[in-house]
Amino acid sequence: MKKNNIISILPLAEKIKQIEVFSPEIARKIQPGQFVIIRVHKNGERIPLTVAKKTPATGILTIVFQEVGVTTTLLGRLKPGDALHDIAGPLGKAAEIMYYGNVVVVAGGVGAAEVLPVCGALKSKGNTVDVIVGARSASMLILLDDFKKAGDRLFIATDDGTAGDKGFVTDVLKKLVTAPGSGGISLVYSAGPVLMMKRVCEIAKEAGIRTVVSLNPIMIDGTGMCGSCRVTVSGKMKFACVDGPEFDGDDINWDELENRVKLFSGQEREAIKKLNDKK
Amino acid sequence: MTRNKMPEAPAAERKNNFTEVALGYTEQQAIMEAARCIRCKKPKCIEGCPVGIDISKFIKEIAEKNFSGAIKTLKEKNNLPGVCGRVCPQETQCEIKCVLGKKGGLSVAIGCLERFAADWEISNAGGEDCPKTETDGKHPPDEKTVADGKKKVAVVGSGPAGLTCAADLAKAGVSVTIFEALHEPGGVLRYGIPSFRLPKNIIEREIQYVKSLGVEIICNAIIGKLRTLDDLFKMGYSSIFIGTGAGLPVFPGAPGVNLCRIYSANEFLTRINLMGGNDPGKYDTPINTGKNVAVIGGGNTAMDAARSALRLGCDVTILYRRTEKEMPARLAEIRHAKEEGIKFTFLTQPVEFTGDKNGYVTGVKCLKCTLGEKDSSGRQSPVPVRGSEFVLPADTVIIAMGLKPNPVIQRVTAGLETAGDGSIRVNPDTMETSIKKVFAGGDIVGGEGTVIEAMGMGKRAARSIVSYFFSASA
Repeated sequence: MKKNNIISILPLAEKIKQIEVFSPEIARKIQPGQFVIIRVHKNGERIPLTVAKKTPATGILTIVFQEVGVTTTLLGRLKPGDALHDIAGPLGKAAEIMYYGNVVVVAGGVGAAEVLPVCGALKSKGNTVDVIVGARSASMLILLDDFKKAGDRLFIATDDGTAGDKGFVTDVLKKLVTAPGSGGISLVYSAGPVLMMKRVCEIAKEAGIRTVVSLNPIMIDGTGMCGSCRVTVSGKMKFACVDGPEFDGDDINWDELENRVKLFSGQEREAIKKLNDKK
Repeated sequence: MTRNKMPEAPAAERKNNFTEVALGYTEQQAIMEAARCIRCKKPKCIEGCPVGIDISKFIKEIAEKNFSGAIKTLKEKNNLPGVCGRVCPQETQCEIKCVLGKKGGLSVAIGCLERFAADWEISNAGGEDCPKTETDGKHPPDEKTVADGKKKVAVVGSGPAGLTCAADLAKAGVSVTIFEALHEPGGVLRYGIPSFRLPKNIIEREIQYVKSLGVEIICNAIIGKLRTLDDLFKMGYSSIFIGTGAGLPVFPGAPGVNLCRIYSANEFLTRINLMGGNDPGKYDTPINTGKNVAVIGGGNTAMDAARSALRLGCDVTILYRRTEKEMPARLAEIRHAKEEGIKFTFLTQPVEFTGDKNGYVTGVKCLKCTLGEKDSSGRQSPVPVRGSEFVLPADTVIIAMGLKPNPVIQRVTAGLETAGDGSIRVNPDTMETSIKKVFAGGDIVGGEGTVIEAMGMGKRAARSIVSYFFSASA
């Protein structure tokens, strides 16, 4: 087997795919909370991606991604036997895994892939891990079977009510933290869209619970060199690639982050239109 | 005889493209320039060269039209002559020592001649007749003891320090693997220096040369993350050289610094130089600029960023806290920037960035400065003038205020001593760190220096590593 080779590629939901790639060194080393940076072709961009699973014995990494931009779209077009042009990692600090007691994990969209290994690691430290997974619609939910195994209770929310509760993950979280006897929750862990994480932090804070979030800002090198992923945490500048990607959610300047992650969306739309026209 | 000026592309033309500005000597010009050298008995120029090139010898060879001899002489000491001939600040290193310059005339254009010899080799020779070994007198390489597969050295980072260290080790018969974090080798030569100063094919060529010596380069290998230094020792490397550079950009503490379209020079230049962001038809990486760019800083990186932005079609102003006289950038770079139409606002210190409701930068709030007492750098330090506040409108800002050492390895390596700024402490004679058999050099040790200073440190480390093998060849 050649390094970077794609073993399988599977649609998990609408526009969300999972690839298994042969990358034995990273598979041996990567810890929950860390990520990789890939390039699809020799003139391609570098994008950070989430590793949902690793199998050190076979050298396989399972990467989950949403087809939103040019790079993820091209990635989604690869076939088994193709290879990633580049894969670098593991990047970022590993998640802080220890015994907290009762933990609630909240994931939105493709953020579910990021929290899955964290969820498993928290569970194996003896935590009780309740999981809230949400998406716009039932067809966009991913990794539910994995969460059933990795966590304790699993709560589902969809915007249109096609699966689980109708509404947002934050509504479910609110119910959980305000339910009688919920005082035992010692940590909320969250990954997903910026606005969702912001709201999760607000709800947890009101209930007096600390939230740890895993951020996914724009990056190039992932080693601290470019400063593209800088975020304001407790009024100080931090680089998500080397200081994070996990931070205490209450300390983050969310409005700034929300603006920064949209910096290239106009160009992205044009590029994706061009790509689709070419096809 | 006056100094032969190197021909340059006209400013009006070159400001629209990324092709090289300085065009290089013709053979005739090179021979004429080389003939200006008065061949001092004790050449001072060599003292000024951090890698100790036998300058008077290679210049004599050029004067005698022995170009292959000249490149051979250069490569005995300098593994990257095509790079150094272009980006070294010769005016403050070798050329400043030239007797011709001291006598009131103009020094020999050593840099231009070095570049000529390197370029001559590209177009005329295969480069196969490079010297295989370097004898520094003290430690004659003995290929039997070092090249029998036992002595392997890992070099971390493929910038100027790493490439030099690796090449010198390879020349001494050591088996070398370079681990590079990015997807292409070259470090700051690749991501930092624009192609109008250092064309990609020159970097490519120098890296090919280092590989031709037997050096293996592995990209996408982030040491400190994928493998620790301990892992490398376990893999059988007897010694490690760390050349991970000054990678961490410095941002001002001014409010609004995280507004959209405020870039570090590193990010801006990387998007173009490494990722091809200036050529969206061919490359996928975007770059988002407006029309009015403010560049903050006065070093070579500021000039590079400003001139790159200009080539993207922007109107560019450089803001610097001191006056032109104190600017750390090379005179030629400042001149090039001016010729191309970049504006300079001196004695100006940014204090805040203003933005619109979408979080995009709209301007730089500045204070005018005067020059006060001399600071530790020996330059007069800028003193902001109260009440002098003004706003320079800008829809894009590039911050080129310097870099700190890359922290990745230091954070995970117990026992690796660092200085207050995070740089790695070494014994300056041997370049050995606080960990035995681990060496370091380049900007990770010296902070932001020049390419040639980094190379000098890489060279010193290679010498120590080789001598280690000979003294401790157990």
